[in-house]
Amino acid sequence: MHKILVAAVAACLVVVVLFSGCGGTTTGSSEASAGTDATTAPAGTAAADSQGGQLTGDPIVIGAVVSTTGPNAPLGEPERMALELFEKQINAAGGVLGRPLDVVVLDDQSNAKEAVTATQRLLQQEKAVAVIGASGSASTLAMKAITAQAGIPQIAMAASNNITSEPPSDWIWRVAPKDDLAVERAVSHVAEGLRVTKIAVLYDENAFGSSGLAQIEKVKDRYGIEVVAKESYKTDETDLTAQLTKLKGSNPEALIVWGTNPGPAVAAKNLKQLAWDIPYVGSHGIANAKFIELAGEAAEGVTFPTTKILFPESITDPEQKALIEKLITDYTAEFGQAPNHFSSHGWDGIAVLVAAIEQAKSTEPAALQAALNGLTDFTGADGIFTYTATDHDGLKVDDLIMVRVEGGKWALAQ
Amino acid sequence: MTFEQLLQYIFSGLTSGSIYALTALGFTLIYNATGLINFAQGELVMLGGLSAVGLYQAGLPLPVAFLGSLTIVLIVTVLFQQLAIRPLLSRGVLAQVIATVGASLALRTAAMMIFGREALPLPAFSGDTPIRIFGASLNPQTLWVVGSTLLIVLALQLFYRRTLTGKAVRACAVNPLAARLMGVSYSNVVLLSFAVSGAISAAAGVMITPISFMTYSSGALLGLKGFAAAALGGLGNPVGAVVGGVALGILEGLGVGLVSSGYKDAIAFVILLLVLFLRPQGIFGGKAVEQE
Repeated sequence: MHKILVAAVAACLVVVVLFSGCGGTTTGSSEASAGTDATTAPAGTAAADSQGGQLTGDPIVIGAVVSTTGPNAPLGEPERMALELFEKQINAAGGVLGRPLDVVVLDDQSNAKEAVTATQRLLQQEKAVAVIGASGSASTLAMKAITAQAGIPQIAMAASNNITSEPPSDWIWRVAPKDDLAVERAVSHVAEGLRVTKIAVLYDENAFGSSGLAQIEKVKDRYGIEVVAKESYKTDETDLTAQLTKLKGSNPEALIVWGTNPGPAVAAKNLKQLAWDIPYVGSHGIANAKFIELAGEAAEGVTFPTTKILFPESITDPEQKALIEKLITDYTAEFGQAPNHFSSHGWDGIAVLVAAIEQAKSTEPAALQAALNGLTDFTGADGIFTYTATDHDGLKVDDLIMVRVEGGKWALAQ
Repeated sequence: MTFEQLLQYIFSGLTSGSIYALTALGFTLIYNATGLINFAQGELVMLGGLSAVGLYQAGLPLPVAFLGSLTIVLIVTVLFQQLAIRPLLSRGVLAQVIATVGASLALRTAAMMIFGREALPLPAFSGDTPIRIFGASLNPQTLWVVGSTLLIVLALQLFYRRTLTGKAVRACAVNPLAARLMGVSYSNVVLLSFAVSGAISAAAGVMITPISFMTYSSGALLGLKGFAAAALGGLGNPVGAVVGGVALGILEGLGVGLVSSGYKDAIAFVILLLVLFLRPQGIFGGKAVEQE
């Protein structure tokens, strides 16, 4: 019997190591939970081949890798639809440099290995002059290794910081707001919206949560914020009242919870249980219907950062307002559903590339690279983009808005 | 630290601890009959929770969904025992343990395919209004978990000590060969233990989902903590499983309060190692079970 126990404990340790290894990699970034239910299940590859008809000359081929199947399908489908809409509209309006635009969209099935295969096919067989992708951060990083080596521009639509912050980053530009930008928006909301200075931070121990905490620590001084207490939790933890009780002891004026579902929903319910009435500022990882479904009434009053497309009335720039209103009208007419922030990532991904091609008057990689690095005040659906040789993220804190849960729905905060 | 805070840490520990205790009970039952650590135990809890959510969302009333989930997990556990464990009975415990590791991966993947990757909720059995005691608050759902844990332990103790079948199960744990010579059907005892363990795990899953939600991956942490609780209390002893679970939960709660949440698991597991070092059979384990 003793041997059995020893064997069992040994096996247990192996399992512990396996699980802790898994936890770090599978929940590393926000996009896995940024989408909601995977209700769409379209055919595997969606190649959009609509020709402009009257346009002549060789088409300019731009490749795109999105997830139209698998867990990231709620991200990839709106991206694909926006790409199709852009292609159709620009070809109807005379194409790019007088040539038709051909956007070849491949599905990576939410799988980084498939993203590699798809990217190689786009570069070698389709002769794409640039690629857009992918829907998830893991696939985006896998593509980046290929485009950086080939010296072909890539536009990223995923949020993970290291897509642009870690080399090689000479050939990759991003249209979506990155995780760090959302952190800064949440901190600025505490300082300028709530007008308080003492915060407590509750963060997930995974990569998403701990990089969020690191960014809070980095920008807090700029906004005159003091972190009076911080506690962590594991993504699947059952109860967070102990952490919240500890944080409460430091008398903070606002609570930032940085994680993805279900942790922040457990925290919201536990806050209510403890009857602790404190402003709750969440991450963009809870900018989905799932959070409200999980937390129920406890979600009321929770604020979090997201992009402006859901609240066009929040946009002050007239050009961006006109662009988003037209996008909403055209997209809804074409697909029978309103666009979301993934649609705007897809739209901006192709719009930024076309702008660079038109400015460079060429599709040569070096010319495109120079044009992208020089892109200034370009109006997109996600915000106003200004890239430089060192800033490949383009967006600023002002391009994000804060949303508050009111009556089980989203409302613009402030 | 104020008294209110201390009480709150203990209540937080009680909530987590009762969850660990329910999971630990499942380990205990199977270990008692077979000397086997079932590494799929956490996944059975997860499956119980998710099945209940599925049935509830399909429109069934909560009590029916509860019973339906119990039935589903019971069937899955019996099938697993018959198809994977039974053929390995003569191959020794290690082969069977490996089969349970395989089952845990299979169940997790199947749950992901069926229920998706998102966390799923279930309404609390008797509302969300917290119970206030001396300034600290307790979730009413915790009382459901604690109450049913006590009820299950009581029933198990009566079963093991007062019924012939129960005594046969304990006989198999002590010496399978001798038990068989006395006319006990070993394979039936094993089957029964798996079935009851599956049903208890399912009940655990349904009751904790209103507190902490459930995802396909929740089973990993639950299984780990449940095993630690069972080892702390003494493998094979239902009372030990409950004491171990609650002790582990309260240690974690106090770990957060006195040190930091980052070290919470480390504190709990260091104490677990110390206990096992000084008393390898666990707090209630070993001799007490074999004597009677």
